[in-house]
Amino acid sequence: MLDKRVTIDDIVAEIRDGMTVGIGGWGSRRKPMALVRALARSSVKDLRLVSYGGPDVGILCRAGKVREVVYAFVSLDSIPLEPHFRNARQSGAVTTMELDEGMFLLGLQAAAWRVPFLPTRVGLGSDVMRLNPGLRTVRSPYPNPGEVGGEDLVAMPALNLDVALIHMHRGDQGGTGQYLNVDPYFDDLMCMAARRRFMSVERIVDTADFAKVGPVQSIRINRLMTDGVVETPHGAHFTECVPDYPRDEVFQRAYTASAKSEEAWDEFRAKYVDVTEAEYQAAVGQ
Amino acid sequence: MTRDGAPTRAEVCAAAIADCFAPDGEILANPIGTLPVIGGRLAKATVAPELVMTDGEALLVENIIPIGVDAPEKVIAGWNPYRTMFDVVWSGRRHVMMGASQIDKWGNQNFAFIGSPEAPRTQLLGMRGAPGNTINDTTSYWIPAHTTRVFVPAVDVVSGVGYDRARDLGPEASRFHRLGHVVTNLCVLDFATPDHRMRLRSVHPGVTVDDVVAATGFELAIDGDVPTSRLPSDDELHWIRDVIDPNGLGEEEVPNP
Repeated sequence: MLDKRVTIDDIVAEIRDGMTVGIGGWGSRRKPMALVRALARSSVKDLRLVSYGGPDVGILCRAGKVREVVYAFVSLDSIPLEPHFRNARQSGAVTTMELDEGMFLLGLQAAAWRVPFLPTRVGLGSDVMRLNPGLRTVRSPYPNPGEVGGEDLVAMPALNLDVALIHMHRGDQGGTGQYLNVDPYFDDLMCMAARRRFMSVERIVDTADFAKVGPVQSIRINRLMTDGVVETPHGAHFTECVPDYPRDEVFQRAYTASAKSEEAWDEFRAKYVDVTEAEYQAAVGQ
Repeated sequence: MTRDGAPTRAEVCAAAIADCFAPDGEILANPIGTLPVIGGRLAKATVAPELVMTDGEALLVENIIPIGVDAPEKVIAGWNPYRTMFDVVWSGRRHVMMGASQIDKWGNQNFAFIGSPEAPRTQLLGMRGAPGNTINDTTSYWIPAHTTRVFVPAVDVVSGVGYDRARDLGPEASRFHRLGHVVTNLCVLDFATPDHRMRLRSVHPGVTVDDVVAATGFELAIDGDVPTSRLPSDDELHWIRDVIDPNGLGEEEVPNP
């Protein structure tokens, strides 16, 4: 087994201007925030983000790293609308690809399976088609029973990622990952849709320890899916990472308040973004 | 009872929402929002125990769990992570009740954004699952504050597909599209008209037809005398007050007039 341990800086160094970056988790849940913060203080720009979005999208938009957001929602869950993403959208600072949550899944799945698109009924009749003029429909070659022709379906294009960033509860040094909460989200698909795949984990453990803390199904990320792993304890903070820790609602409210003015953001940024990971964890009381 | 007295407006809404899900059979009843969850669980607790419901996240639960209570006891009967939810939706075994920032007479719904796509005046939730929900399964809507800001002549963005759009798609592509009811703090609406225009189905006790018309930014179909929404039964009040919503969150969402 290879030793795939890397540092946060190694991962950020792989990300270049203009790349398409997929970020795992869902809303304000199990986001690779240590990696996101490092990206926010890097010199990278013009990223295209693909995310079931939460504060990952908000922080990177606010830090000026983003050209386009491919999204179905950007939410903090307990605070439904992500304040920094809202500001970025309403000022026209970022463009978007507006997708249904399920089309998003199909785009990642198509990329993972190396096919150019997957057909779906989803999107028909909605403004997903108007807002994405490049989206095409395909005619099924197979007639439905009792019908003459085949039906028209949306051809959801593959969402090919340059880099995927995910956060798991446990990992080993070979790049296998285990989640211990109730939902794997789409982290495995994010990895399979990407050229380079990086995983932060709460704790690096011996491979033999996975089966001691969860069922085999929890070992969702196998090492075919990853290129690097880094241990970042408390690294999903302030998003939810149960059972290790809940969402930090107090901090999330402070984060939300930082969208109210330039001064508020500058203060937040100085204290919580433009600092090392160790300084951040000390600042939030770890 | 933890709360006494005559049924409140919120409890009338909960009963109306329960009636939306009651005839569905063995499907996933998936109400989103405070009173939708209360009403959905009320249907399962009373007349429709066959409904399959979640804990609001990734578990299917068979018992009636309270809202707004930390770590309620759950009788877990299934695992339904987000990825599995798409299997349910796309196979046609769900009835969702969603919110709407805007809705028009055909039931086109918007909660994505208001204004231009390049720089919206107001960025809202995004498309979420609305396009997929509406093209695959029955969809109902819950509007806690019925106003002309929500009930508009034309929505800025179509996230949930309405009946005019479905008709334009043709019978094949739209064969799974169906809108159920629109329940609001004032009334119940449906699409039971020849061309599926929105119709006033009932007004809640204490609300007049004129109240609803004044709060709606387009012409509603109104045939004859509009009935009054039913009151919840004593059994339903027990379920709402003692079991499903012990902290009265529904009363916060729709205050009693």
